Amino acid sequence: MAAVESPRIGRLERSALTGVLVREVVNYSSYWKSSTFSSTVEPTIYLLAFGFGFGSLVSTIAGVDYVAFVGTGTVATAVLFSSAFPGMFGTFVKYQFQRTYDAILAAPVDTEELVTAEAVWIATRAGVYGCVPMLVAIPFGLDPSWGMLGVPAIAWIAGFGWACFGISIAGFSKSFENFNYVVSAVLTPLFLLAGSFFPLDTFPQWARVLAQLNPLHHLVQLVRDAVIFGWDGWIDVARLGAITAFGFVMWRIAIIAMTRKLVD
Amino acid sequence: MEQELAIRLRGAVKRYGPITAVDHLDLEVPVGTCVGLLGPNGAGKSTTMRLLTAQSIADEGEIEVLGFRLPKESKMARAQSGLVPQLDNLDTTLTVEQNLRVFAHLYRIPRADRRDAIERALEMAKLVDRRGSRVDKLSGGMRRRLLIARALVHGPRLVLLDEPTVGLDPQVRQELWALIDALRSKGTTILMSTHYIEEAQRLADTVMIMSHGSAVAAGSPSELVLEHAGREVLEVYGPPARLAEVEAEAGAAGLRTRRTGTSVSILDVDGYKGFPEGVRRLANLEDVFVLLTGEEIA
Repeated sequence: MAAVESPRIGRLERSALTGVLVREVVNYSSYWKSSTFSSTVEPTIYLLAFGFGFGSLVSTIAGVDYVAFVGTGTVATAVLFSSAFPGMFGTFVKYQFQRTYDAILAAPVDTEELVTAEAVWIATRAGVYGCVPMLVAIPFGLDPSWGMLGVPAIAWIAGFGWACFGISIAGFSKSFENFNYVVSAVLTPLFLLAGSFFPLDTFPQWARVLAQLNPLHHLVQLVRDAVIFGWDGWIDVARLGAITAFGFVMWRIAIIAMTRKLVD
Repeated sequence: MEQELAIRLRGAVKRYGPITAVDHLDLEVPVGTCVGLLGPNGAGKSTTMRLLTAQSIADEGEIEVLGFRLPKESKMARAQSGLVPQLDNLDTTLTVEQNLRVFAHLYRIPRADRRDAIERALEMAKLVDRRGSRVDKLSGGMRRRLLIARALVHGPRLVLLDEPTVGLDPQVRQELWALIDALRSKGTTILMSTHYIEEAQRLADTVMIMSHGSAVAAGSPSELVLEHAGREVLEVYGPPARLAEVEAEAGAAGLRTRRTGTSVSILDVDGYKGFPEGVRRLANLEDVFVLLTGEEIA
């Protein structure tokens, strides 16, 4: 075979990313109903339960209607549910049971491209599903605002990070059971310590400091500022930087985790 | 001039902890030929296949596929090869055609050629009238044909078949052999792993017998048989005690034997007059295999 002189070896090639995305989009046509159902109904239930439950006890928090407070807060819940969980379970099923990734990696696609495209896809869904609680809250009293148009983008960035978080967990786990530890010990506390359902002002100092390390908390605050309070200058820039950095770090970790898993 | 090689392995080693799955393997697959890797389960055939798509990275040795050095340039080699995996990894909730369309994208077929490529693959695999069927509604044989069609959708120069007919009915197996043979006659280079003697004998131009991660013999099936097992084999049947006697007597006459279930096969018996009650048959690749590896094969 004639040796090819200095062949071009691209990283993160568009055609490879497109190939993986096409697979996801075509597959989505066969399961979009159940996926949309679970990703929208769950946060809506939270919204309604907390909205009516707490809403009857407290009418306003931080000067806004409780429904508006929860309607914006549960955007983060919806993003988390529609990104971290597909990241964990979907990835595990695809390499362990369906062996989809073996098939894809035999084509001209590298693990880095595979992980990136999968995360982009999950983030895109999270960007859309994340808006559902906000939209549901409108008829219950959340005032529409121009800032809402920025929510899908913010949700996308956060969704990308949580998708990569889920993929990393799937990559490092040897079995399904390990996911229980992650859900109980990591996701549930982060989800409750995000400020979605109640403000964190009344928490002790240490908890409020910890919350600054919680990307979900920054997501909650960003969405509330975008929709209700208005952009808060450098503070929101820093929050945006925090969720972007979270996404970047998780992306690299996910690639390492999946390379270890898929290439021996 | 040196023969053009589609695959070239030199001293490839792959270890998993204390286990050496591939042990200083040399392998050459000339362009336009079909090479069969024959060996029992655990001989290192599948690991060799994984090395060729860079899903396993060799600990030692050199690997070239279609002129590209692995693992660094593996992506370019993969763009021009197709892999038929041992385990079915189709998207089962998609239709036949959707599965092919996805791989037409993954293999970067330009938009204008995609439709034709999918049609060709459907025809090759005789799945034209099942194009709209969901994969989980197909029979085992059809799924396997689709798996092959998926690996051919981009018209690869090299096809890697990992145990292409494992676990299928004999009838379905014949069907797939015809498909692989058609591919071969079109000049596609094929590397196939198998533990079915007959499959190797029928399809491969060159067979390489593998055992414990390395090659123990290589050649055309008929050469291998002639060289290692001779032309004819004498099979003598009898109860276990009788078989032990037969082995002893043949051994004393300087002949090699192997147990074949309820009989003893005496190899290379040209001109030998012993055991007139025995049945003479042509030597086959299985005789060679057992002789060389000391292992029985399924």
